[in-house]
Amino acid sequence: MSKNTGASRFRKVDVDEYDENKYEEDVDESPTGTGPNEQEVNGLLQQGENVEALKRVLSNPPTGSKNQSEKSQAVSLVLRVLLSFKKSDMDKGIKALDSKQLDLLMKYIYRGFENPTDDSSSSTLLIWHEKAFAVGGLGSIVRVLTDRKTV
Amino acid sequence: MSLPQQHSFGYGPVTCAAFNKDRTQVALSPNNSEVHIYALRGKSWEKIHELKEHNNAHGQCVTGIDWAPESNRIVTCGADRNAYVWVIQDGSWRPTLVILRINRAATCVKWSPKEDKFAVGSGSRLISVCYFERENNWWVSKHIKKPIRSTITCLDWHPNNILLAAGSSDFKARVFSAYVKEMESKPGPTTWGTKMPFGHLMAEFSNNTGGWVHSVCFSQSGEKLCWVGHDSSLSVVDSANGMVHTSNTTEFLPFLSCTWVTNNSIVVAGHGCLPMLYLHDDQGNITFLHKLDKSSSQSGGGETISAMKRFQTMDRMAATEVSTTDPNTIHQNTITQVMVHTGSKEQCEKFVTVAMDGKMVTWDFKSLEKSIQGLKLM
Repeated sequence: MSKNTGASRFRKVDVDEYDENKYEEDVDESPTGTGPNEQEVNGLLQQGENVEALKRVLSNPPTGSKNQSEKSQAVSLVLRVLLSFKKSDMDKGIKALDSKQLDLLMKYIYRGFENPTDDSSSSTLLIWHEKAFAVGGLGSIVRVLTDRKTV
Repeated sequence: MSLPQQHSFGYGPVTCAAFNKDRTQVALSPNNSEVHIYALRGKSWEKIHELKEHNNAHGQCVTGIDWAPESNRIVTCGADRNAYVWVIQDGSWRPTLVILRINRAATCVKWSPKEDKFAVGSGSRLISVCYFERENNWWVSKHIKKPIRSTITCLDWHPNNILLAAGSSDFKARVFSAYVKEMESKPGPTTWGTKMPFGHLMAEFSNNTGGWVHSVCFSQSGEKLCWVGHDSSLSVVDSANGMVHTSNTTEFLPFLSCTWVTNNSIVVAGHGCLPMLYLHDDQGNITFLHKLDKSSSQSGGGETISAMKRFQTMDRMAATEVSTTDPNTIHQNTITQVMVHTGSKEQCEKFVTVAMDGKMVTWDFKSLEKSIQGLKLM
């Protein structure tokens, strides 16, 4: 007769770890960004250098980082830059980006939709979306969905 | 302008298709366990065979078909984890079961150029390379396992009958050696490497960090390899030119299929419902050239509608303008496969697309060059 010991430790064993078919995520060797320099970006914003701030904030993204707070810090900084743009300046900002930065911008726009900061943030982001879409096309939206390197 | 020839096989998707040698017959799967063979009669296609379960065929969806041109054999694979080699005898197709030794669905199948072996990709993270063993009178399979870490989605053979390219949903395109020493003589060196024991990984390329690989294709010489991924990208590696790997992330919906049409030009098609032409030049740059579906480049489209259509829409929808959500292309749904019809991967004259709208369209480069300004195959 087996005896009920009340042991429940076995329930916490990660059985998938012992499955030889377990899929292991690629270890990405490429150095990941450490996130934008907040001070520098804030300074540029204060001087009204929005385009430069946008370029700066989209370089060195912490997309490979495991640290969630680092990522959300970058998100809020990007959103601050995006929301400080006037509608008429957005085209200039988009024009200054290369295709990689544009894809990244699209990721941040969708991330911004996820948690709206105030009432008007989504409507501003929709305008950004329209303009980024005009250049990046459907492909850039597809890459938001497929890329494993999230923002 | 002459429109590309098209034929509809019904409303269901055509998941995969293959032509015979002289392009008078086509075998296709209407997204179920059957394979239908159509023959060209005059200008239309007529169904002449159905390869079905009751004569011992696939029990689940057919996922891959390939037709060996010289030996006139068809190989099919399916979600039931089986592959069959079909041979025509006294006017009917007879299957031979091939034991693939896999525990997940087979996803794709390709005859080798010499037609003495074929490769099957599967969800069990391996490629079965099958060859015929004369002593036992059956097909034997050997496995390529390492370092595949997810489902094999597509395959293509190098012209030397040895190397095999495979795309996978672990975001990698790989080149393996499928040299079976039991049945073939030692291969000479290629641009992909010189030592090639069975299963040896000759090259591996990452398709960025997202987007599994949907289709791979060797160029005619086998020196270049192109593939398309679900991140809407098209990538090319030139093995003769220092393995230069270039990747182009496009602004279109993802492509599902690609093929070389000259040594430098690639036709891709997929979720965008229309084929497009890309150029890979000697510097290794990939450039978008043309959308090959003329009907889509007439943007707006609504200006010249017939009087009848006008009254129809007024009648039905009380609208004076024709507005429709149908894609403005010949194919009305995702294109699943692009293949060379006439000519070769070096000098393609016509190519064929099959799609989820049940249509098969034949595109003739001669008439495309006439109708699309500036289009010239290079």
